[in-house]
Amino acid sequence: MKKMITFTINGELRSVEVEPNDILLHILRDKLGVTSPKIGCERGDCGTCTILLNGKSVRSCLMLAVEADGQEIITVEGLSDDGLTPLQDAFIKHNSFQCGFCAPGMILAATELLEKNPHPTKGEVKEAIAGNLCRCTGYEPIIEAVLDVSSQSN
Amino acid sequence: MNSNPSIIGTSPKRVDAREKVTGSARYGQDLRMDGMLFARVKHAEYPHARIRSIKTARAKRLKGVAAVVTAADIPGNPAFGAIIIDNQPIAGDKVRYLGDAVAVVAAETEAIAERAVDLIEVKYEELPGVFDPREALKPDAPRIHEKGNLIVHHKTRKGDVGVGFGEADRIIERSYSTQRVEHAYIETEVVVAYLDPDGTLVIKGSHQNLFNIRSAVAGVLGLPLSKVRIIQASLGGSFGGKDDCMAVLGCRAGLLSLKTARPIMLSNSREDSLVESYKRHPYFLDYKVGVKDDGTITAMEINIVADGGAYASMTQFVTWRSVVHATGPYRVPHVKTDIYGAYTNNTYTGAFRGFGSPQITFAYESLMDEIAGELGMDPLQFRLKNVLRDNDVTATGQKLDHTVSVGEALEVTTRAAGWDEKRKKFPEENAGRIMKRGIGLACSYRGVALGAEGVDATGAIVRIHSDGSVDLTTGLSEMGQGLKTIFSQIVAAELGLPIEKIQYRETDTSTITDGGPTVASRSTIIGGSAVRKAAIAAREKLGAAAAEKLGAPPAKIIASDEKIMVKGDPVRAVSFREAATMALDAGMNLSSFAWHVSPPIWWNEEEGRGDAYFTYVYGCQIAEVEVDPETGRVNVLEVWAAHDVGKAINPETVRGQICGGVATAIGYGLLEEVEMVDGVTKTMNLDEYLIPTAMDVGKIHAIILENEDKYGPYGAKCVAEPTAELCAAAIANAVCHATGKRIRDLPLNLERIVLGHKLVKKKRRVR
Repeated sequence: MKKMITFTINGELRSVEVEPNDILLHILRDKLGVTSPKIGCERGDCGTCTILLNGKSVRSCLMLAVEADGQEIITVEGLSDDGLTPLQDAFIKHNSFQCGFCAPGMILAATELLEKNPHPTKGEVKEAIAGNLCRCTGYEPIIEAVLDVSSQSN
Repeated sequence: MNSNPSIIGTSPKRVDAREKVTGSARYGQDLRMDGMLFARVKHAEYPHARIRSIKTARAKRLKGVAAVVTAADIPGNPAFGAIIIDNQPIAGDKVRYLGDAVAVVAAETEAIAERAVDLIEVKYEELPGVFDPREALKPDAPRIHEKGNLIVHHKTRKGDVGVGFGEADRIIERSYSTQRVEHAYIETEVVVAYLDPDGTLVIKGSHQNLFNIRSAVAGVLGLPLSKVRIIQASLGGSFGGKDDCMAVLGCRAGLLSLKTARPIMLSNSREDSLVESYKRHPYFLDYKVGVKDDGTITAMEINIVADGGAYASMTQFVTWRSVVHATGPYRVPHVKTDIYGAYTNNTYTGAFRGFGSPQITFAYESLMDEIAGELGMDPLQFRLKNVLRDNDVTATGQKLDHTVSVGEALEVTTRAAGWDEKRKKFPEENAGRIMKRGIGLACSYRGVALGAEGVDATGAIVRIHSDGSVDLTTGLSEMGQGLKTIFSQIVAAELGLPIEKIQYRETDTSTITDGGPTVASRSTIIGGSAVRKAAIAAREKLGAAAAEKLGAPPAKIIASDEKIMVKGDPVRAVSFREAATMALDAGMNLSSFAWHVSPPIWWNEEEGRGDAYFTYVYGCQIAEVEVDPETGRVNVLEVWAAHDVGKAINPETVRGQICGGVATAIGYGLLEEVEMVDGVTKTMNLDEYLIPTAMDVGKIHAIILENEDKYGPYGAKCVAEPTAELCAAAIANAVCHATGKRIRDLPLNLERIVLGHKLVKKKRRVR
């Protein structure tokens, strides 16, 4: 039984018809063309499908699409209207990604952290991104980028 | 005519930066085409069995199913392989591991394809399996392939080990083992296969080595190489892992596309990837070493058995690299090394960053600490006494004619880490501590590029357009390592242009000739040399075109600051764009293709000796750890990693390689194992196959050493793989320093630290 759901995605109100068992990640990627949330494990272990749901990081592979009805979703495509956020700039400056596959989820997890806690310790940064796996960078350059942004803000 | 290499040795913004931080990079799984079908694979149900019958009629009748194919549908060779042609994309008569396919389905949706897979009925005659490579080599073991279970035997011979052991005051014998590990790229394998209107079969996807994949697909599907085109999508990590298994996906999807004339997407779930894709070889290593009381090594005898799994894949090459390097970077006058690769009914094994080195490095560097312990020497001093120096001769009889910097690496790293003080202080402090501290080191040498494995050559095309912008094409792959950026830097340096003027074209087998795979840390030294030659050739054409107007001979003309100018007289200049226009107006060809072949090397397989590689790199890593003896938890607090890269063309990407390689090796040392019981994979996803998170990796200090090499562009050698071969051994040595426990089997997980042995998972999880 299909259901029409409506949510805000990256500032835009979108409606989409979904099955009750459709996974949010697949609806975002296949029906709405939002492909920055990636498929990595489909069971909540790798974090590459991370989105911000009402400002909170969520694994979109563990969420049914119908649960998103009426909510607000932000993906990395919608972080900034023009140009890059300071965190995205810092990712480039610190070489914080290599293959880039984890970067969208990683940037969202770190964005959430800096929103809640603008001046985290190194340990808090590690904890905040511990649910997002990266196989290329060894995490060190990612942590540096987050701390760099933190040190630039008031 | 000279270049303006001021951009060499700097770290400009990566050329693929923006797409990767904004989410617009297009990976294989993001590809969509009109009319695209989705494929799923019917996998083997036994690790070793003869296929009696396959019934696909019910699956074919399911609404939404477009095609079901089996081995009978394959128009070309039933199998492919680098040397031994044994890897069957769809099994015909026999299955040899649980990742084998017996049928592949294409349907309108993935869900329908999955339902159809369940409707395929296969009857098997189960055969006895063999799951330990040492068992597989016994004469009465079940035969996995017709020619027997031995894939390869390599040897190294130097001097006479009998004489060497006779000169020794002590003989020390130790055995080590290493485990099967997974690349665990965050993006699993994926392809989209489709037919171009001219009948060319295109396979776009998460490819590492495009030309290998083209050969396999062409052979299996019975097509000429010119009718198969492999295109790389943005690649979500590979580490050696997206080669043979991508060829398998390419053959399966390609066959379905030929059958249906529609685009086919085939993507592996994480569970599929863990079962089906090849892993790093587990090794069983026996070492016997003769040593004098003053610490001089007199002889080494080494025997190694590698688990190749169901198919040969890269086993011949992986084990060859091991046989060359098995003694470690030490002066050993008498050497006898044998390595055997064997088939088993486990998941097959192949290339993984390090390529036969992480295994032996864990063994010989654990062993060096054990010997130093027996002699009552400091591990650093024992190594410094024995390490290779300039003009020394390796275990394969090769005289080293470059700067041999393993001693330098040891000295720099130990100084940075405060080695002497910590080695002394930690044992004293540990008496009163719950968490025990330790510090350990490991060093290595590593042959650069393919070596005597085979021909090592590649090409590059630099095309200058009329507006002064530039296209760069090579056959090598960006995997995240920064290849596009480094190659663009080289062109920018040679043409005197800002890097933004260089466009690196996507890698596509139809745009350039076969330049070999992106492996063996060969890209910068071999590919970079080709890129540099092509850029120089392009620049010389501009110089020739502008010479008359500038009133100077071409030899006096340089490219700098977006100008073609007379050296030492920058007023006499034309803009780069103007020079390009002049050259084109004169009818000149501004497309330059260059080819670079590695310097000569040789190997005598019969005698087990040779000049195996044209140059080597050296490195040292130190791990400082904290061990909880109650839980077995090991925290890696800090790592110091020094690597001689010849010349860092882009220091940030070198640091990126070092940090990433260290993290991979921390996983290898402490956490990771693809557990298999009787051919059944027990670690089916990333909840059970644990790779390091940000919480598991300590502070990494990357130290770049530069001893320029005559064979590298600007003196550059390599960095990717040596960074991943050291830290597991350094951690094992640090754990021993902290606890006194010598663990000779990887990984050093909780149970090995506390109980001294591994635990085995019992349950089986369904995919």
